Amino acid sequence: MTDQTDDRLIVLAPEDTVAVVRCAISKGECVAIDGVELVLDVAVSMGHKLALRPMATGDKVLKYGASIGSATTKIAVGDHVHLHNMKSDYTPTHSLTDAQKEFDV
Amino acid sequence: MSIRGYLRNDGRKGIRNVVAVAYLVECAHHVAREITLVERENAHLIGFPGCFPNDYAQEMMERLCTHPNVGAVLLVSLGCESFNRYKLEQVIRDSGRDVETLVIQKEGGTRSAVVKGQAFVAKAVQGLQESLTTPMQISDLVVGTVCGGSDGTSGISGNPAAGRAFDKLVASGATCIFEETGELIGCEDIMSARAATPELGEELRASVTKAAEYYATLGFGSFAAGNADGGLSTIEEKSMGAYAKSGASPISGLIKPGDIPPKGGLYLMDVVPDGPVRFGFPNISDNAEIVEMMASGAHMTLFVTGRGSVVGSALAPVIKIAANPDMYARLHEDMDINAGRIIDGTASLSEVGDEIFEMVKAVASGVRTKSEDLGHREFILTYKSFEPIGPACLPA
Repeated sequence: MTDQTDDRLIVLAPEDTVAVVRCAISKGECVAIDGVELVLDVAVSMGHKLALRPMATGDKVLKYGASIGSATTKIAVGDHVHLHNMKSDYTPTHSLTDAQKEFDV
Repeated sequence: MSIRGYLRNDGRKGIRNVVAVAYLVECAHHVAREITLVERENAHLIGFPGCFPNDYAQEMMERLCTHPNVGAVLLVSLGCESFNRYKLEQVIRDSGRDVETLVIQKEGGTRSAVVKGQAFVAKAVQGLQESLTTPMQISDLVVGTVCGGSDGTSGISGNPAAGRAFDKLVASGATCIFEETGELIGCEDIMSARAATPELGEELRASVTKAAEYYATLGFGSFAAGNADGGLSTIEEKSMGAYAKSGASPISGLIKPGDIPPKGGLYLMDVVPDGPVRFGFPNISDNAEIVEMMASGAHMTLFVTGRGSVVGSALAPVIKIAANPDMYARLHEDMDINAGRIIDGTASLSEVGDEIFEMVKAVASGVRTKSEDLGHREFILTYKSFEPIGPACLPA
C-alpha cells in the first residue's frame, strides 16, 4: 500500500477509526495518515488517539476492531479523539481536568 | 530452572513460606502491625477492619490464612468484635498449620499483646525454616493478573504481553485468573465466544451485565482520572485493553473470590457483588483484586501498569510490568518487566510475553520481585456479598 500512515501511530485493526500515538507529538508537527500530511493543532501525548477517518455525531469510535464509545461532535481526520469529542455508551468518564484548572496545580 | 514448593496438607504447594499476622478488626491493626515489624521479611500483615460480621470476609480470611504461601498464622483480636475468630482458628488448625489467637483485652493491653505476638512470630519463623520442599511443576501454579494505573499504552503493550504469557502458562497446565468484570464492559460478545461451553458463555455475559448495572447505579465506571490523562477516553476502551491480559486461550470457567479453580485453565473472576448495591464500590483499589485472586489460590500476580503503580502485596509476589517506556524510565526501580519496548519498537509482543513467562518460573523458584525487595506488602479487604456460582461455571 502506498498510502502510508506515520510510524508514530499504531493502527490496531483495519476497521479502526482511530490510531494510538506511540510517542508524544507536538502541536504544529506533521503527521501522515493514509498518505495525507496533516498538521496537528494540539499536542498529543503517548497513548492518546488520532482520528483515521471522519466521524459524525453519534458514530461509533472503533479501536481494537471494537466500539469504544460514540462521537459527540463531528470529528475530522487527524483530530485528537478524547473526552471532548467522544463518550462512553455505558458509564460517564471521570477526569480531574476541571479540578486542575480550578486549583491551577 | 527447577521449582520446589512447600507442600500443604490439602495438596497445594506454596512458593513462599510466610507467617500471616491477621487483625480481625481495625482496633487490633496497630498491635498486629507492631508484631510484624521485628520480622518484616517473613511476617506479613493482613486483616479485616470491620466490626460487623460478613460471610464474604470470613471466607476470604479463611482462604487467605490457608493460602499455600502461608506456613503459620497469628490471629490478633481486640476481643469484642463480631468476627468469628473461633471458626477461623479451627479452619487454620485443620489445615495443619501452626496457629495462635491473641486477644488484646485478655492479654493486658497493647504492650503485652505485642510482646507475646512477637514471641509467637519468632518461633514460627524459626519453625518454618525446617519446612520440607517438594518438586513443583508449572501445572501446580495459579497466576492472577490485574492492570492498574492504566493508560493508552497498557492495552497495546503490557496487557497483550501478559496475555501471551497466560497462553504459555495455560498450555503448560497452569491455572490463570483474570478479573474485574467492571473492566470488561463492552467485551461481552467477544469474551463469551471464547467460553468452553455455550452455558458458560451466558454466565460470562451475565457477569459483565451485572457489573455494568452495578457501576451505573454508583454513577462511576471503574475508571480513574489518571486513565483519562493517559489517553483512555471511555470504560469500553479501558476494557478492551484490560481484556487483552486474558490472552487467547479458551475460557474454562467463571469463579467468584475464594472459589478454588478445580483444574488448570483460564478463569474469569467475577468480583462484583450479587444483589442490590450495598457496600459501595466493588473494589476500591487494585490490591482488593489481588487479595481476591490470592483467596482463590493465586501464588503470584502479573500487574500491568501504564501510569506507574508501585504496589506489591502481602503473601504472594507481584510482578510489575511497565506498559509505557517513559514511565519505565522514571520508575524502573519498581518495575520487573519493561513492556514499553513494544511501544518504542525495540521488542515484539511475543518476546516480552516469553520474558514474563520466564519471570513467572523464576519467581516461583524463589527469585524476588522488585516490590518484594522494596518491602511492599499492601493488603485490603472490605465488605461484600456473593451468591454461589451457577452449575455451568466450572469445567466438568
